[in-house]
Amino acid sequence: MTESDAAQKPDHTITVLLCGVGGQGTILAGDLLALAATASGLDVKVSEIHGMAQRGGAVSTIVRFGSQVASPVTDPGFADRVVAFESTEALRNLPFLAPEGHLLVNDNAVEPLPVLIGQANMPADAHGELQRLGATLIDATGIAQTAGNPKGTNVVLMGALSAVLPFSVEIWHDVIAQRVPPKTVEANIASFDQGRAVALDQITTR
Amino acid sequence: MSKVLLQGNEAVAQGAWEAGCTIGVGYPGTPSTETLEHFATLPDVYAEWCPNEKVALEVAMGASLGGRRTLVTMKHVGLNVAADPLFSIAYTGVNAGLVLLVADDPGIYSSQNEQDSRNYAAASRVPMLEPSDSADAREMAIKAYEISERFDVPCLIRSSVRISHTRTVLETGERRVPERKPYSKDMLKYVMMPAGARLRRIEADKREAALTEFAETTDLNRTELRDRSLGIICGGADYQHVREALPEASTLKIGMSWPLPPKKIAEFASQVDRLYVVEECFDYYKLRVKALGVKVSEPPACPLPPNGELTPGIIMKAFGKALPTPRATDQEVPNRPPALCAGCPHRLVMAELRRAHATVMGDIGCYTLGALPPLSALDTTVDMGASISMVHGMELAGGIEKHPTFGVIGDSTFAHSGITSLLDIVYNQGTGNVCILDNRTTAMTGQQGNPVNGVTLQHRPSHELDLPGLVRALGVEDVVEADPMDLSQVRGAIQHAIDEPQLTVIIFRSPCALLSKHREPALVVDPTVCTGCGVCISIGCQALGRDRETGKAKIDPAACIGCTQCAQVCTFNAIVNPRGSVAK
Repeated sequence: MTESDAAQKPDHTITVLLCGVGGQGTILAGDLLALAATASGLDVKVSEIHGMAQRGGAVSTIVRFGSQVASPVTDPGFADRVVAFESTEALRNLPFLAPEGHLLVNDNAVEPLPVLIGQANMPADAHGELQRLGATLIDATGIAQTAGNPKGTNVVLMGALSAVLPFSVEIWHDVIAQRVPPKTVEANIASFDQGRAVALDQITTR
Repeated sequence: MSKVLLQGNEAVAQGAWEAGCTIGVGYPGTPSTETLEHFATLPDVYAEWCPNEKVALEVAMGASLGGRRTLVTMKHVGLNVAADPLFSIAYTGVNAGLVLLVADDPGIYSSQNEQDSRNYAAASRVPMLEPSDSADAREMAIKAYEISERFDVPCLIRSSVRISHTRTVLETGERRVPERKPYSKDMLKYVMMPAGARLRRIEADKREAALTEFAETTDLNRTELRDRSLGIICGGADYQHVREALPEASTLKIGMSWPLPPKKIAEFASQVDRLYVVEECFDYYKLRVKALGVKVSEPPACPLPPNGELTPGIIMKAFGKALPTPRATDQEVPNRPPALCAGCPHRLVMAELRRAHATVMGDIGCYTLGALPPLSALDTTVDMGASISMVHGMELAGGIEKHPTFGVIGDSTFAHSGITSLLDIVYNQGTGNVCILDNRTTAMTGQQGNPVNGVTLQHRPSHELDLPGLVRALGVEDVVEADPMDLSQVRGAIQHAIDEPQLTVIIFRSPCALLSKHREPALVVDPTVCTGCGVCISIGCQALGRDRETGKAKIDPAACIGCTQCAQVCTFNAIVNPRGSVAK
């Protein structure tokens, strides 16, 4: 955190913006993150948008944690971590990323209806642009599918996010065990670990 | 006491439960819905969805007279519907505590307007509490029952999307259920004929004075002195944004937004060099603070926006604080609007209404999304039930030439406010066509039960409505029932309605695609047959698009649920099931 950051945020609140497409599991991811923060003894606020936006539209969840969190929302230039479940949404939410922030992206594109019906285009090169922007790009959907946990994209991404957050792996494993259906605990922990390993590998080799 | 992470909505329910509220009623509406859903899961309570908010408030009033603490929940526009009883219950007062949670939608995330419910508190002269997080929401729900009983008045709690749908940490407490309050018959108090109403109006004036005294002393309104050069009056979510953006500022946190405390406001103004008001949506506090003769300064750098949601960044900008430069990309980023789900039973009806060049009066529900391209089927969306009444008005004006007039309304919306509108057309011998889209649920707000499907909030035995029977009983002679998943039935029913000069009601019944987890295998496009004509694309399915290179249709196997709507509209039989046979 830079000095000017510290001046703006005296309580060192960390802001994580989770963004994706309605139905991709951003809400469970937000839950896991919030539980990990509270289990680490921090104050936390989780803000979501429900209703009409959920029908396949662009969605976002904001998780903020620290010693005492005030506002539940964030602004352009203030999100310390942006986790995009889809690459177009990563570009859409790019303005929210803080100057020293970390951008984590599931390298997977979902065409929205205006593109499907030929009235708009996908980004010409989302992958290349995100690489140039210094994003950590991981194939979370592929990793989840290979791990036999096709709905586990969100947990893989939380594993990757854990590489750039101060919570212990034990705390993450505990909250996953608390929150996901009992039968899927093992698969989800494995998906989490894989996401974490892939992200650590990318960050250290950069 | 235990520490938990709860949404504002859940926290209001928790507080009401701790205060011994045993009866909860309401109508679902984003962002209020989870309040009653959560209350319904707590021990030893009765909870029900009502057909609409007016009914809910009247049920609550009956329960209050019967001596039970009662909670009633709705979204901001729901309070318009419940305004009729509200303004008179403000005169009669209550017996046991009656608390009404109303959730506003600043930023218009899932509503038809951005109205500010604080104005209802002032207009009906009913006290209103305004929480700033979930801990506030729980505590204020408990206090709201005390205020309701002490001042003999319903008490409003105003939430907003960022309170209702933000989870924050709070400590829960023990439940205390008060003794059932005895009822005593009191004609002048409860019968609002002019003689009683005139007396109650005077009582309401006295009550306002007593509530204002209370507002001066209650810790619901809290002065927090920090840097005395900068003083800010704010409440609700805005208080948190101000604390984030201007942590050095002194604040008067308004927790009771009606009536306001004039002395406390004047005192705060005298303690700070410059006084500002920070609030989103409406100048509710500002106008009232100015009316007290207190000078309100404008933010030094630029005014706060008159509409939309406030954020810390907007406040920082207005007060001249430096903001980081956001990063930008020159890549084209397409919009991602919400859309009807794959397999949605509304889709073919929308596509066929557009094909018939109908003028379509829409209503409130998922089918509102039928207004968006490529379906572009709806002409209007105003309020619950308006589709049917507006069909009548449009026909009275002569209709639009070559564009048959249709209304579309969902099952829950029809039960909410459509029945009286349909009665109006029958009574006044009107014409036009009405489609009731019965998808067996209140879908947009998250699959709640309703009087049409007979599913209740606490899964008590109920009664499934005979919808065609009801429509016939209202006096509609031409009632057609059709399966909206079957293109030939949809097309046939709509053509019949156009051909028949009298009022036609078509009941399209098929369950919401999200009610069941059942999926048929994904369909595929046979590229040797597909001509790339684009008819299938025009029904606007999220699982179906045009291949950029070949121009032919393509289906996303992860999104397709095999409903066959696209195959039915394909005139070349190019969309097949995985076995290779035509999927119709």
